[in-house]
Amino acid sequence: MSQQVSRYDADEQGYYGGTWGGRFMPEALVAALDELTAAWHDAMADPVFVAEFEAICRDYAGTPSRLYHAERLSQQVGARILLKREDLNHTGAHKIRNVLGQALLTRRMGKKRVIAETGAGQHGVASATAAAYFGLDCTVYMGSVDTRRQALNVARMHLLGAKVVAVESGSATLKDAINEALRDWVASVDHTAYLFGTAAGPHPFPSMVRDFTRGIGDEARAQCLEQYGVLPDAIAACVGGGSNAIGLFTAFLDDEDVRIYGFEPGGDGVDTPRHAATIHAGASGVLHGARTYVLQDEDGQTVESHSISAGLDYPGVGPQHAHLAQTGRATYRPVTDTEAMDALALLARTEGIIPAIESAHAIAGAMEVARELAAEKGPDATVLINLSGRGDKDMGTATEWFKLGEADDETGDPA
Amino acid sequence: MSATTATAFATARAEGRAALVGYLPAGYPSVEGSIEAMKAMVDAGCDVIEVGLPYSDPVMDGPTIQAAAQAALEAGTRTSDVLRVVEEVAATGTPTVVMTYWNPVERYGVERFAADLAAAGGAGLITPDLTPDSAREWIAAADAHGLDKVFLVAPSSTGERVTMTTAACRGFVYATAVMGVTGARTTTSDLAGPLVARTKATTQLPVCVGLGVSTGDQAAEVASYADGVIVGSAFVRTLLDHADDAAGGLAALRTLTEDLARGVRGA
Repeated sequence: MSQQVSRYDADEQGYYGGTWGGRFMPEALVAALDELTAAWHDAMADPVFVAEFEAICRDYAGTPSRLYHAERLSQQVGARILLKREDLNHTGAHKIRNVLGQALLTRRMGKKRVIAETGAGQHGVASATAAAYFGLDCTVYMGSVDTRRQALNVARMHLLGAKVVAVESGSATLKDAINEALRDWVASVDHTAYLFGTAAGPHPFPSMVRDFTRGIGDEARAQCLEQYGVLPDAIAACVGGGSNAIGLFTAFLDDEDVRIYGFEPGGDGVDTPRHAATIHAGASGVLHGARTYVLQDEDGQTVESHSISAGLDYPGVGPQHAHLAQTGRATYRPVTDTEAMDALALLARTEGIIPAIESAHAIAGAMEVARELAAEKGPDATVLINLSGRGDKDMGTATEWFKLGEADDETGDPA
Repeated sequence: MSATTATAFATARAEGRAALVGYLPAGYPSVEGSIEAMKAMVDAGCDVIEVGLPYSDPVMDGPTIQAAAQAALEAGTRTSDVLRVVEEVAATGTPTVVMTYWNPVERYGVERFAADLAAAGGAGLITPDLTPDSAREWIAAADAHGLDKVFLVAPSSTGERVTMTTAACRGFVYATAVMGVTGARTTTSDLAGPLVARTKATTQLPVCVGLGVSTGDQAAEVASYADGVIVGSAFVRTLLDHADDAAGGLAALRTLTEDLARGVRGA
């Protein structure tokens, strides 16, 4: 699994297309990153490790997740919409795959402590969950702005036995939580593993996280062929750091007829300063150890990003996405906060599924793609969307956005 | 042509002592204030000045340097200001190097940065998040402009990596004394001595030790086995503690520099 998966894969130094990715890190961490790279290669080549990872994902996390034909949504756009139900995994998102893989590797390496960064708290909760499952000590770094906004997730992490450190430095959000986790790691690297939350960061994290999440696409591709006898015409996922997207895309990269779409957080709009559409509006730079698209000013200082979806609110993006964008293999488009929230409501009302706001970006963008494809290919056009997470965590935001929660005056029964 | 770090280390060696390398970020408390502060450190005995380029995501820095760098950025410090600070400080005749995370250089343009740094009289660059194996473009630009390439070695570096790193360095080698971020520590590291010995076995270049030194006594201890003692957070702390008292801050900076300068002389 860790061998070259396609010509879109990284070279041995972790560069995609010779440019993107790499390892821009303090020398103090290089030995640990080399050790991790060796352990990951070794593990992925070991059938016992791979079988154990698959068994834990199946028995504990509930994979393979279902591929579901959203019929009422399909009727609205005139094309077949398939949803990969990662929202039904244990802890409610694709992220459990990544943390179980990394935590299993941590145990194999003999380390007893894990650290993680988190924005809204989803990766923190997933890391705390995996740490509890494997009996590892766990510390989660979270921006102090986010610990206040997401107190419920802080409580979940505490309940799972993790320590949560509020980060006050910089903008006190996700990027600063990563900085602080890296600072911890420089000092603790001999006994601590860093469970990186997305397919970004220094080599080997982008490729390793891809390996642990690629089950999404491997399953979806097989399910689509088995259930419908065809490959999808297009696949779609939201892209923040890009772990759920690369997890879906990987299996399809060499299927040149399958169009690949990533939907970036457009915030208030990419013509405003308040967005996190890194590929669309960023420039090549180095952030958190990798060369990729970065939202930055003229001097290379990182610019604060904005998205209504905390899980997508990051001023960088995984380097493989930068490469897929540059080569044109995948198309990345921005989706605004409003478009994402409209899609969230639409999916809730047409399918009885409340998606995470992250995933709602994919729904919104994919509906547009489905309309384009339906016009081009007719009603048999098939769009497969990764429904990366469920929306329970977002009810506070949704309540405020839609002004929900007041009892209705009338029953609405036309009789 | 400005003084080189090689000259500064040779002078210190001839005097039978280690060199004192002092760090401050450009732009704190202001661009002018940082120039004055660095000149005060030169007057009081620093042999080499490290000008920090403030960056939004300084993963190798502890709270003290983070705070000053963030204040410098909030005050609007630009890369062009950093180059101006270099020009002013280098004009004193004391070799002046820039310490910077990589992205601001890549954004400025690697060749353009090297050319402008050399034109400002800067001696070179210390790159805490750029190792030689990722530095092809910088190495080419530094070579073209005769700039120092100062890469870091760490207690965790393998022998192979120490050899590779020192072979890529020019000017001096930066040995990180502890596994951790910048910041004053009450005790010196027992990892530094063995690291310096390992490093010296691979190179004739001066080996300087940084991270954690804040007093003359600590400087004296490090000076017993290293060619240079790098002090950062202690200077920055001094300025932060005198945020509302510029004159007092400069006086305290001189006192600290003198104490450290005595330390590197083994006194």
